[in-house]
Amino acid sequence: MLDSLLALGGLVLLRDSVEWEGRSLLKALVKKSALCGEQVHILGCEVSEEEFREGFDSQINNRLVYHDFFRDPLNWSKTGEALPGGPLGALRAMCKRTDLGPVTIALDSLSWLLLHLPCTTLCQTLHAVSHQDSCPGDGSPVGKVHVLGLLHEELHGPGPMGALSSLAQTEVTLGGTVGQASARILCRRPRQRPTDQTQWFSILPDFSLDLQEGPSIESQPHSDPHISPVDPTAHLTFNLHLSRKEREARDSLTLPFQFSSEKQEALLRPRPSQATSHIFYEPDAYDDLDQEDPDDDLDI
Amino acid sequence: MFPELNNLLNTTPDKAEQGTLTLLCDSKTDGSFLVHHFLSFYLKANCKVCFVALIQSFSHYNIVGQKLGVNLTMARERGQLVFLEGLKSAVDVFFRAQEKPHPLQFLREANAGNLKPLFEFVREALKPVDSGEAGWTYPVLLVDDLSVLLSLGLGAVAVLDFIHYCRVTVCWELKGNIVVLVHDSGDVEDEENDILLNGLSHQSHLILRAEGLATGFCRDVHGQLRILWRRPSQSTSQRDQSLTYQYKIQDRSVSFFAKGMSPAVL
Repeated sequence: MLDSLLALGGLVLLRDSVEWEGRSLLKALVKKSALCGEQVHILGCEVSEEEFREGFDSQINNRLVYHDFFRDPLNWSKTGEALPGGPLGALRAMCKRTDLGPVTIALDSLSWLLLHLPCTTLCQTLHAVSHQDSCPGDGSPVGKVHVLGLLHEELHGPGPMGALSSLAQTEVTLGGTVGQASARILCRRPRQRPTDQTQWFSILPDFSLDLQEGPSIESQPHSDPHISPVDPTAHLTFNLHLSRKEREARDSLTLPFQFSSEKQEALLRPRPSQATSHIFYEPDAYDDLDQEDPDDDLDI
Repeated sequence: MFPELNNLLNTTPDKAEQGTLTLLCDSKTDGSFLVHHFLSFYLKANCKVCFVALIQSFSHYNIVGQKLGVNLTMARERGQLVFLEGLKSAVDVFFRAQEKPHPLQFLREANAGNLKPLFEFVREALKPVDSGEAGWTYPVLLVDDLSVLLSLGLGAVAVLDFIHYCRVTVCWELKGNIVVLVHDSGDVEDEENDILLNGLSHQSHLILRAEGLATGFCRDVHGQLRILWRRPSQSTSQRDQSLTYQYKIQDRSVSFFAKGMSPAVL
């Protein structure tokens, strides 16, 4: 599932956290796009160009177009080297591209853009970039646009996160257990039910994706096969066993509610020795024995 | 510097990594011993240090530094240490006319300002000097601490931008290091501080978190230190990403031990 993320167009959100960083996955997806022959634009705001290109070979680096907003994003140096319009201008320029092939735009990071730009402007621009159906000039269909946005989950409140989630076709949330990373992929295809899958993976040093089945067995604790089960009936201070005589006595005992034929006879036979029981009742002077209201509590 | 902490971090003044951002944070305890450690560590490594000290006076750091074997007065005199004493120079913003903006100019501004003057102060302090004198190894920026900037009226994004520009200049251009301290508000909900702490955590190579013990104060164990390495240099090595130790601060050193292994209870 993770390697077919780029098959759909639109916005893919990579949500990472401090413990599980997402830049390696972003780079792995960028490498995949480049190897498929797509043109890749990187909007780099958080790390330097050298650091982003590190680990890619020259074939991939040649296909990457890096827009450097790391060095001077706010134009503090005033040397004129900063790209005009800032990151937003560059993003808007990508809406008006003229070439027709499929293109991948990687935003490193979407969190930086969200902290520095108003949420509504950013969402409108992202929508415009990821939904380009036809070239404005002659109406011929344009190749698919994939927008990969790296988002740091802890930095934003539920409002902006919800807005970006609703814009995104796919959301990948990074997590994992000790030593093994996982990606929870929530995919919303048009006119289909959203799918939710978890994929275990690891990123190799050359930024290719290695999909795995699950956390490796070695990381789970073993039960020791050499310890024999302990016998709980040994070393007790009381006697759990019956001798032969005790067993016989137990077996010959009749239970009180077992209705055998002797018992039936004994019950039916009248017992002359036992006198019938009498009830002696002397009514008090004020007792009014009313058979219809013996308790005298009807209030009519 | 504390030799035991150097062992835990697997580093010495001679072979420290360059181009890194180290984040120190403390939660329910005082993490300033880490600031003193890194100050003396980088002075001993013969680095040019720019210390933006907003919390304590120069003499405070000097006294503690002398216990750890460095003399801040001499370092300042020979140009190794550039010290911005926030407590003293904040007053200059109001009472002394300056030609160029004061590093703490944001204190005068009514609306949310930015830290561009402070960044320019840092850049000026750490730019390499070609006068042919004994060169320092690499520049280091130390800030104690960033949370107080939020209390003084700046937004978290302004502080993050300041650190961003410092990273560009100090870590990327000059291949130096940055060490900053941020307080973690813990239970108190402080959105701006959380944005600052999480934003810096994502950019850091090393996070040292000093926490108070969950069970409360203790005479023999003063707290717990969590070490988290991010962006390891070799991505496949399964090195321990996170370690936790408990510590006890003494007069001239800090001793570290594994959880539950304090000498007092063994």
